[in-house]
Amino acid sequence: MKLIRKKKKAAGTYSSSSMSDIVFMLLFFFMVTTTMREEEINVKIKLPEATEIAKLERKDLTCYINVGSPLDALQDKFGTDTRMQLNDKFSSVDDIRDFVAAKREQLSEADRAQLTVAFKIDEQTRMGIVTDVKQELRRCQALRINYLANQPVK
Amino acid sequence: MAKRSTPELNASSMADIAFLLLTFFLLTTTMDQNLGMPRRLPPLIEDEQEKPPEINKRNIMQVRVNSMDLLLVNSKPMEVQFLKEEVKTFLQNPNNDGDKPEKEPKNIELIGEVLVGKGVVSLQTDRGTSYKMYMAVQNEIMKAYAELRDDFSISRFQSPYAKLTEDRQEAVRGVYPLNISEAEPRDKGKKGR
Repeated sequence: MKLIRKKKKAAGTYSSSSMSDIVFMLLFFFMVTTTMREEEINVKIKLPEATEIAKLERKDLTCYINVGSPLDALQDKFGTDTRMQLNDKFSSVDDIRDFVAAKREQLSEADRAQLTVAFKIDEQTRMGIVTDVKQELRRCQALRINYLANQPVK
Repeated sequence: MAKRSTPELNASSMADIAFLLLTFFLLTTTMDQNLGMPRRLPPLIEDEQEKPPEINKRNIMQVRVNSMDLLLVNSKPMEVQFLKEEVKTFLQNPNNDGDKPEKEPKNIELIGEVLVGKGVVSLQTDRGTSYKMYMAVQNEIMKAYAELRDDFSISRFQSPYAKLTEDRQEAVRGVYPLNISEAEPRDKGKKGR
């Protein structure tokens, strides 16, 4: 007695039902790994190159300071002068204090000392503004900084 | 026996929908990992109360960059690519020269008594120096430290610094402590911000 009866299939067709499984698997992978960009960067930034760099750990403890000249589309509104962007808007050095305080507020008590400020600074920027930012950070007691850079392409 | 046929769901469009979602996530995902040079800023000294300790002149290596991105090392002009060797010989002081840093015997865990140099690299920039040049100089100085630490760990532990255990790395760091002091920038070349 035949228990398993084979279904007869028309030649040339194949089951595509497993395709969706595969695609769903890929989909879940990307859904889990994706991190939505939190802020839109309005300044042009080409990071300088450096070799002695390490991966930035604990992204949740990091806040970013972006410095560069405004994007081409925004230049007729904001000019071409070097600007600093905190969160979503152009800011001045005086705003750093509130920015750091707000970020500190989000962190737990234990993590506050670990707060790192990452510098995303365009390589054409003059050191004057960078120094102003660093002095302001010293005044805010945010002493852990990180100069973001690119690995040179070989 | 009644013949029961399970109603089959047409699953072919499911793949299309999944593909659509997949493409969306593929495009929006950012896999950038941020690389950077970690640093610690010195705490702000409440003015005049306590001045930083005076450092013997021979222990300081003056690295200055002007607003034209030109490099001056101990009052001698230099190209950036030679800075690494200069920093290495300064920190090591192999011949115990009088104009290079003093050494002090120190007892370090896991290593024992070693001579630790007291050299400090002092980096001064102008407000007009470009960030690119600043990073290039910082990178060369870091490279010098990395190579010194590597050499030491190979001669002592027979493996490069990066492959050492954490407490050994700390010991090697104790032999070559990172001493970079950044002076307040000058404002000579009035150019840009």
